[in-house]
Amino acid sequence: MAETLEQVTLRVNGTTRQLRVPARRLLSDALRHDLRLTGTHVGCEHGVCGCCTVLLDGDPVRSCLMFAVSAEGHELTTVEGLTPRDGDELHPIQRSFQECHGLQCGFCTPGFIMSIAGLLADNPDPDEDEIVEGISGNLCRCTGYRNIIRAVQRAAELLRAAESEAPGADDPSPHGAATTTSVSVPYAPSGADDHDATGDEGSAR
Amino acid sequence: MKPPPFAYHAPTSVAAALELLAELGDDGKVLAGGQSLIPLLNMRLAAPAHLVDINRIDELVGIEVGDDAVTVGAGVRHAALERDEAAAQAAPLLRQALRLVAHPAIRNRGTVCGSIAHADPAGELTAVLALLGGTVRVARHGGDSHDIAAADFFVAPLESSLRPADLVTSVRFPRPPIGAGSAFVEFARRHGDYALCGIGATVALADDGSVATARVGAISIHPTPLVVDCGAALVGRPPDDERALTAAAELVDEASSPEPDLHATVLYRRQLTRVLTARAIAAAGAHARRRRRGTTHPTQEGIDG
Repeated sequence: MAETLEQVTLRVNGTTRQLRVPARRLLSDALRHDLRLTGTHVGCEHGVCGCCTVLLDGDPVRSCLMFAVSAEGHELTTVEGLTPRDGDELHPIQRSFQECHGLQCGFCTPGFIMSIAGLLADNPDPDEDEIVEGISGNLCRCTGYRNIIRAVQRAAELLRAAESEAPGADDPSPHGAATTTSVSVPYAPSGADDHDATGDEGSAR
Repeated sequence: MKPPPFAYHAPTSVAAALELLAELGDDGKVLAGGQSLIPLLNMRLAAPAHLVDINRIDELVGIEVGDDAVTVGAGVRHAALERDEAAAQAAPLLRQALRLVAHPAIRNRGTVCGSIAHADPAGELTAVLALLGGTVRVARHGGDSHDIAAADFFVAPLESSLRPADLVTSVRFPRPPIGAGSAFVEFARRHGDYALCGIGATVALADDGSVATARVGAISIHPTPLVVDCGAALVGRPPDDERALTAAAELVDEASSPEPDLHATVLYRRQLTRVLTARAIAAAGAHARRRRRGTTHPTQEGIDG
């Protein structure tokens, strides 16, 4: 009855987490159930909807199409890792979704945001075709995508402004000043304290 | 749904992986990028007792661009090959097709060799390998590696000539002749979905600009990737000659045996086959002209067409 458990060490949002899980534990479930990082959503569980997208060494991947045990040795970033842990501040991509009405029910949003974080880290000034390609693996049933495309364009502006902003330079936009996070460093490890999720929670099934 | 239980193995060398696979026989399954296998596990369509994860085998991660071929190791992800400039220069068809493989997040994880070993009749890379006359390198415990030609490798939908305990270690895509052009076009209901029909084409031109050779590799219209020599319709003609393109499209249509499904009837797939064949050959011809004039910009290589 008892399934063999694997000891897995994951690097998530700049912290090291330990867990004991069966080899078949999907990374999406490890994040949500074992590590309680429920910002990563699970929709279809076969790689179609894109809701569970996280960054693996900076590149967007489907966390439902990967086992937690396979993620060992890689740097993972979830939507929780985009912003400082205790900050109220939103990441520029999140802010642009708010400004441009890039979400309605919000279920797909974390997946979109992580895909876009990967896209903009790779290509800071994408044209519309590149944006459509970049978000083509994420489904949204509310917005009709137009506002999401606008949100990507806006996020790219915000991030470029933040990038080019030298300390003390005049702030060209009201949004520039608050922008301190960039996607090339998508998480802000506020003290890389290690968490241990080993225990009943992780080994319950 | 959740995958069924399995025992997990993560060898760090090819030798160790082969030994494990030999021990496990029918019960063992190789896990590479997992972008086809894990959905099958999640949907409980497959339930191997053992998974041999080859992602920790560094010796399998390598792209080698040689004088006559691009060789891609079993650890190489779609995105890595798509971004490789030397590979795109040597065989532009690779990037032309890779851009159509699923979505960026899938390409970041899925592997080139895995796509080929999966032998999905809708997999773009199966047609690229078949069209370029490529080979699959297969290793097994206690034996020498051997190469299987694409024509012998793809047996039926989702079925290859691999035996239990075999491991694909690399695939080899021969370079098309210098100056040859290529293109890959497909039609899918949504960008990144499985194509209802996809056509890759390679066209080489004679000195007078007429077609010297024209070949097509097709997906989703045949149980295995279909390669058709369209020379009979096109040799000696300009690559954009409407009548010759129509004749070439007929050749591909006749050779195909499309199946109906939820998304397309047989007639619709045949119509797509003809239209896309003409488009792919014309685009490959235009690509060949640009390459002859040397007017393709390196970073554009593989994007147009």
